[in-house]
Amino acid sequence: MSFPWANQYNPQHPVMQWVDSRLPLPRLIYNAVGAGYPVPRNINYWYNFGVLAGVALMVQIITGVVLAMHFSAHTSTAFNSVEHIMRNVNSGWLLRYAHANGASFFFIVVYFHIFRGLYYGSYKSPREVVWMLGVVIFLLMMATGFMGYVLPWGQMSFWGAQVITSLFSAIPLVGEAIRTWLVGGFAPDNATLTRFFSLHYLLPFVILGVVILKIWALHIPGSTNPTGVDVQGPQDTLPFHPYFTAKDFVGICVYLLIFSVFIFFMPNALGHPDNYIPANPLSTPAHIVPEWYYWPFYAILRAFTVNFLWIPAKLWGVIAMFASILLLFFLPWLDSSRVKSTSYRPLYRWFFWLLVLDVLVLGYLGGAPAEEPYVRFSQFASAYYFAHFLIILPLLSFFEKPLPLPNSIAESVLAKAGKKAHTPDAAPAGAAPTVAE
Amino acid sequence: MVRFFGFAAGLVFVIALLVGALMPREAAVPDPIKAIHLPPRHVKLQHDGPLGMGVFGTFDRAQLQRGFQVYKEVCSACHGLERIAFRNLSALGFSEAEVKALAKAREVPSIDPATGEPSTRPALPSDHFPSPFPNEVAARAANNNALPPDLSLIIKARPKGQDYVYSLLTGYGKPVPKGLEVPEGLHFNPYFHSVNIAMAQPLNDGQVEYADGTPATVDQMAKDVVTFLRWTSEPELEKRRQMGVATVIFLSILTLLAFLTYRKVWAGIEH
Amino acid sequence: MGTTAEALPPERAPEGEDGVRRRDFIYVATVAFAGVGAAAVAVPLINQMNPSADVLAMASVEVDLAPIQPGMAIKTVWQSKPVFVRNLTPAEQAEANKVPLSELRDPQTLAERTKEGHTNWLITLGVCTHLGCIPLGAAEGENRGDYGGYFCPCHGSHYDTAARIRRGPAPTNLVVPNYAFKTPTLVEIG
Repeated sequence: MSFPWANQYNPQHPVMQWVDSRLPLPRLIYNAVGAGYPVPRNINYWYNFGVLAGVALMVQIITGVVLAMHFSAHTSTAFNSVEHIMRNVNSGWLLRYAHANGASFFFIVVYFHIFRGLYYGSYKSPREVVWMLGVVIFLLMMATGFMGYVLPWGQMSFWGAQVITSLFSAIPLVGEAIRTWLVGGFAPDNATLTRFFSLHYLLPFVILGVVILKIWALHIPGSTNPTGVDVQGPQDTLPFHPYFTAKDFVGICVYLLIFSVFIFFMPNALGHPDNYIPANPLSTPAHIVPEWYYWPFYAILRAFTVNFLWIPAKLWGVIAMFASILLLFFLPWLDSSRVKSTSYRPLYRWFFWLLVLDVLVLGYLGGAPAEEPYVRFSQFASAYYFAHFLIILPLLSFFEKPLPLPNSIAESVLAKAGKKAHTPDAAPAGAAPTVAE
Repeated sequence: MVRFFGFAAGLVFVIALLVGALMPREAAVPDPIKAIHLPPRHVKLQHDGPLGMGVFGTFDRAQLQRGFQVYKEVCSACHGLERIAFRNLSALGFSEAEVKALAKAREVPSIDPATGEPSTRPALPSDHFPSPFPNEVAARAANNNALPPDLSLIIKARPKGQDYVYSLLTGYGKPVPKGLEVPEGLHFNPYFHSVNIAMAQPLNDGQVEYADGTPATVDQMAKDVVTFLRWTSEPELEKRRQMGVATVIFLSILTLLAFLTYRKVWAGIEH
Repeated sequence: MGTTAEALPPERAPEGEDGVRRRDFIYVATVAFAGVGAAAVAVPLINQMNPSADVLAMASVEVDLAPIQPGMAIKTVWQSKPVFVRNLTPAEQAEANKVPLSELRDPQTLAERTKEGHTNWLITLGVCTHLGCIPLGAAEGENRGDYGGYFCPCHGSHYDTAARIRRGPAPTNLVVPNYAFKTPTLVEIG
């Protein structure tokens, strides 16, 4: 471990000693999410979203395994089996609504997590691999979510599958063949449904594996923190348990509270009504949209309207959509500033919030119909998206003068505490130098 | 290196997008239908609860039964209800014997036990509502090539489903705007997406006779059948809200306890 | 928490009698509440495997007896299990009645296994009580075993005309389900 002051697992009970010398699983947990993992003491509530993403993944896996007991992966029965779950299976409606809304909530949490990482420079050295594994998880989530949405075999399922698999046909020469291979036919049909079901069941466990790798990689340097200053000693950290287990538990409760409001009072607010119509291969819905969490990328896909540099517009859209995610892999090397936290980057701060706004606008435009003025707006918004990562971010550090960084985490915490010392719940100023050497 | 290639790729993307954005657009042809088409009118129903928030509301059982009567006597001539079994009707307040009688009055497809030929038999409570047409081709053939949709999920399958079905049912008989051609066999209804709908006006005042003496106005019948169809779409609605209120109360207490625990654990620690 | 104590400020270490109790109360209450919540979540996850509403709706089935002639039997399905409905001839009834109860592995009279006034109607599950195979003998021309009732080919259990076990490994008679005559020719099983 890279923290010599971390608490050591030291089982007192003979049974635990017996276990520890044979299968040191309790030790692993102790060092991973127990008292043996030192965490910067100053991380704020934005750092809760990592744990929340784990919770959301587990909710999806558990409800998904249970739903699969009742689902029937055949084009003639899939829709009926979903309605069977909703009407006949004990608590089936609860499980399905939890799974359907759970997907949306998983993405909400992950988007917050990504933007937190962007704000506090979590992708920068030495955490590049942590970040890249995160991008892998994000890609796997998108694939899993898309295939899951196809399973009920409603109108949006079918036409979503049709549109998304058609993207691959934009690839020159081999595109059509790839698409045919992907759907197992000339249009989405039973072969598509059954393979999507198989993969939809498999990929979450792949995600789980990558999550474990990611936590492993994270534990080498430990978490970033809002100052972006490296941890220097025990005065900068607190053990994960009980301090951050307690804090994360508050976050989990709030998350479940909001999640419950959606499940019980507005379960279809995030879905599309057309998916309650059984799939009809002969009738396209007036306005095909994917699930909301793909909208920013769907907007980029549709933003390319002209053939440019001998590449047709359709292929541009497909390239750009994939590039918009894949460029995140290169982010650690695109950003040349060595200051991690945006709080100390006066210029980048503006561009960061502009990016947040830009992605929200792209999200809105991705759900809007493909007509003016939405198309033109999405062209400008997409242009900013690429400019932000590929042009502005690499150049910015040449112009930006960062604010002075605190010398250490402890110093910044105590400076803040000194300011707040008059508030009733803050500890008396005398208690401030909290950590004994 | 990464930055150099990234910069080049970024420039290409930005230029391609800006070329597209600055391209002159052909003036969009205004769609005359869009100007005539109306968004659905809001309908207030008991089960939407106080302020229409959908937190505490429960179905009005009498209204559900009236709505079922409208479906049975009017809609069921063309529209199926295939996801509802007769046994589900006990949720409307019908007794077991009444459910049996309702089922027995309908014939469902069956096989003659002696000859094996397709035939029909009286329905059992476990049977689902028989569809008025054996398949889509027959339905279209009987309806001027229009397909009457199954109504089991209609409220969930349309944006603002309750308002939409209510508006559609009460949206007939309005004057046809100048210049709009209503093709032969279609009917003007501004709430339908193409404003010309194949379904003729289904409800007329006094069309059904309610056992509880409620006057059968078009508005009343539309509200009743919308309530009934909300139930067919979401039969779990009342239980869901009940569990929701309990869950939210429980989680609020748990959140408070979690926060107090957090405060205790972190007492005296600056962060 | 013993190992973390040295990393903590001195004022966090042992609290007064009072403080400890209050802190413990909040901890215990939080953990208890979370435990109750976890248990409540487990309920739907477990309950979903119980029979669904459409399966329960099939829990009873009506059988029309009119077409079954004396000496004949039919197979029907109730709760996804085969049911034998047999119209016993007077000779078969007499044969069943003359067997002394002391000879039987699972002593029951024919009267106990049928309804009063309808002793010719023998209604049993078609599931061998040994390991769940379907015995032969309900359809025309099938082997009825050495006692003229049913014969299970899996491990050779012989049942008599009252569907009582007479020879072979089965421990008990074929099970008589709950049923009632709604009219003289209509029974409801379940």
